[in-house]
Amino acid sequence: MSEATATAPLTTSDGRPLKAALAMAQGRARRRAFLLVAPLLVFIVITFIVPIGQMLHRSVYHDGLSANAPTLGAWFAANPEGTAPDEAAYAALAADFKTMKANRTAGIAGTRVNYTLPETRSLFTATARAADKLAPPYKPAFLALDEKWGNPEVWGAMRAASSAYTADFYLISLDMERDANGDLQRVAENTRIYVYLFAKTFLLSGLITIACLILAFPVAHLLAVLPMSKSNLLMICVLLPFWTSLLVRTTSWIVVLQGQGVVNNTLVALGIVADDGRLAMMYNQTGTIIVMTHVLLPFMILPLYSVMKTIPPSYARAARSLGATSWTTFRRIYLPQTLPGIGAGALLVFILAVGYYITPALVGGADGQLISNFIDFHMDKSNWSLAAALSAMLLAGVLVLYWLYDRLIGIDNLKLG
Amino acid sequence: MKKLLILSTALTAVAFSVQAQDITVMSWGGAYGAAQTEAHVKPWAAATGNGAVMLDSDNPATPIKAMVEAGNVTIDVASIEYADAIRLCDEGLLEPIDMAMLPAGADGTPAADDFLPGAVTDCAVSTDIWANVYAYDTTKLTGTVPTTAADFFDTAKFPGKRGLRKGAKSVLEFVLMGDGVAPADVYATLGTPEGLDRAFAKLDTIKGDVVWWEAGAQPPQLLADGEVVMTTAYNGRIFNAAVGEGKPFQIVWDGQVYENEMYAVPKGAPNKEKAMEFIAYATSTEGLRAQAQQISYGPARKSAMLEELIYKDGKTVMAPHLPTAPANLANALESSFTFWVDKDAELNERFNAWLATN
Repeated sequence: MSEATATAPLTTSDGRPLKAALAMAQGRARRRAFLLVAPLLVFIVITFIVPIGQMLHRSVYHDGLSANAPTLGAWFAANPEGTAPDEAAYAALAADFKTMKANRTAGIAGTRVNYTLPETRSLFTATARAADKLAPPYKPAFLALDEKWGNPEVWGAMRAASSAYTADFYLISLDMERDANGDLQRVAENTRIYVYLFAKTFLLSGLITIACLILAFPVAHLLAVLPMSKSNLLMICVLLPFWTSLLVRTTSWIVVLQGQGVVNNTLVALGIVADDGRLAMMYNQTGTIIVMTHVLLPFMILPLYSVMKTIPPSYARAARSLGATSWTTFRRIYLPQTLPGIGAGALLVFILAVGYYITPALVGGADGQLISNFIDFHMDKSNWSLAAALSAMLLAGVLVLYWLYDRLIGIDNLKLG
Repeated sequence: MKKLLILSTALTAVAFSVQAQDITVMSWGGAYGAAQTEAHVKPWAAATGNGAVMLDSDNPATPIKAMVEAGNVTIDVASIEYADAIRLCDEGLLEPIDMAMLPAGADGTPAADDFLPGAVTDCAVSTDIWANVYAYDTTKLTGTVPTTAADFFDTAKFPGKRGLRKGAKSVLEFVLMGDGVAPADVYATLGTPEGLDRAFAKLDTIKGDVVWWEAGAQPPQLLADGEVVMTTAYNGRIFNAAVGEGKPFQIVWDGQVYENEMYAVPKGAPNKEKAMEFIAYATSTEGLRAQAQQISYGPARKSAMLEELIYKDGKTVMAPHLPTAPANLANALESSFTFWVDKDAELNERFNAWLATN
């Protein structure tokens, strides 16, 4: 009897094997569930994954020279690095220049080479203008046009650019370059900028996060413990700026803090500062910190509030009744319970701050600019590959911090509401 | 429901066909954008019956690459700087201009001879010649007033904040002239590492006193607010604030850097034919004169200068306010597009590094 039940397959009442029937029913449920999330999935793929993938691709890809100078590319492929350019190389170059002139693409090719070796762009455009007059023997013809065509550095740069895939833009993002032998070295001190900017962006973001935490903690606590009628009013005071346009808030800060602004005028009127010694609080780093702290404050208050709201006041009362001082109660009973809110708020504010663009652009002046402003700068200057490389590094930095957070605090401890 | 659908589709189609007639011009906003609207956009729309709208931008050259690459060009005409017109043209991002389409001058001179040298390029036509100058408020600076480029950098003689355009172009030239380099030697000096170091060393001396501006409308505002005692600016913006709005601003022409401003059509512009007609209209003798009566930028046709230009207030003679007036050219530099097309990326990199780190 027991053997029979073990070997005979279980069936449903209409005689189908139970396993198959179950799989079918579950399959249907799974398909339905998938169809329900499919619109969101498609939306995310189209608006998020594909663009970020394209951006990452662009950071290692620039076909400015490779697509427009295929003959030259073939010569580079056939001859190893270090080969001096021979007549065949110049002939290939001449053929490509004739196509480039016809297609008006010399500027694109020159731009790519210019990223590796400055001052070569006009060499390309000027040569393209005279391309029709190039005749064999090509080497003297090129050298007659511009003696730079005999420069090994130019040929080295063209070789580097003749492959569409390149790590050059990441090198630039790290303030590095290749010397004549192809070894990595740091760029001249007066052009180092990106490492400094990354460090500054993360440092300022950390500072803003701490400032937000210090300001938000008491407010969130009040929101959580005040009676409903008062806390509602306070909540509106928190939410109203949150709902106001970012640009409006930023420009109102300009009005308040600028040299001839409300704060300075008041200080001068009160005789605290002299008229020619007005405080510089706008168009510099100070301005960026003040305004970004204000703009990001709600992102700290709201998660803190949602966590504090769930902490029963009886715990603190119990601690006090057992003889703890108010400081001990706060430190050992209240604060640990708010940690999930602190973690969530800090992560939210920090990640938002790291990528913040419009506020530093408006109030940052010269020294209050963050890395995002330079990504924008290169977008404007059409160097999208460098902008993409900088963005990718920013993304990587945020992911590393997220991973660290998960290792140190645990992402399960995050509570957004 | 079906009726509603048909109706809304029909309405959208109508909306699109109305939109399709419009050409969209993108310019620099502020006094300059207003001048081009009054002198070119409105009269062209009235004369041809086409719709034309004006859009503002801090620099109309910047969105062109993104638009062309995305295949979604929404502007038909852009007003861009000379070096940008050359660069974008070399990269195949602009439609070529046919010289034959440009009308002869009002005096009958063929367009090719009428335009000043360099004013028509492969892909763009000059609308005016403008200059980077510096200016101060005559009510704030009394007694000794600044008269030379060197005075701009003399914080001992003229204490207070200075406004400077945030970018390498035209700033580095002005700095070198302020350091005593003759205009003819400026680009040769900037081309050497020592010359570049010299320019940045000079900038170092005023770094703490600089307020950086980006949009052309900012400098007159900075002066009016008293945020700076003197600032570099586009000369027309100062002129319009001073003569048009009665602000007590004085331009110092010493050390000015002038260049052509160009109309160009982005590649794949939705209304290319009409855009070309618009450019032909706007850069005719009358079009250039009309703009020069709105703002103090010099017309790029000889025939536009034959008769005296009078500002729109009906009494101010424009000639002495133009960058090309002989008195203003005493110590002046024509911006070199060959230099900037090549070095723009490199020098801006250095400039940004200097700005962000020191």
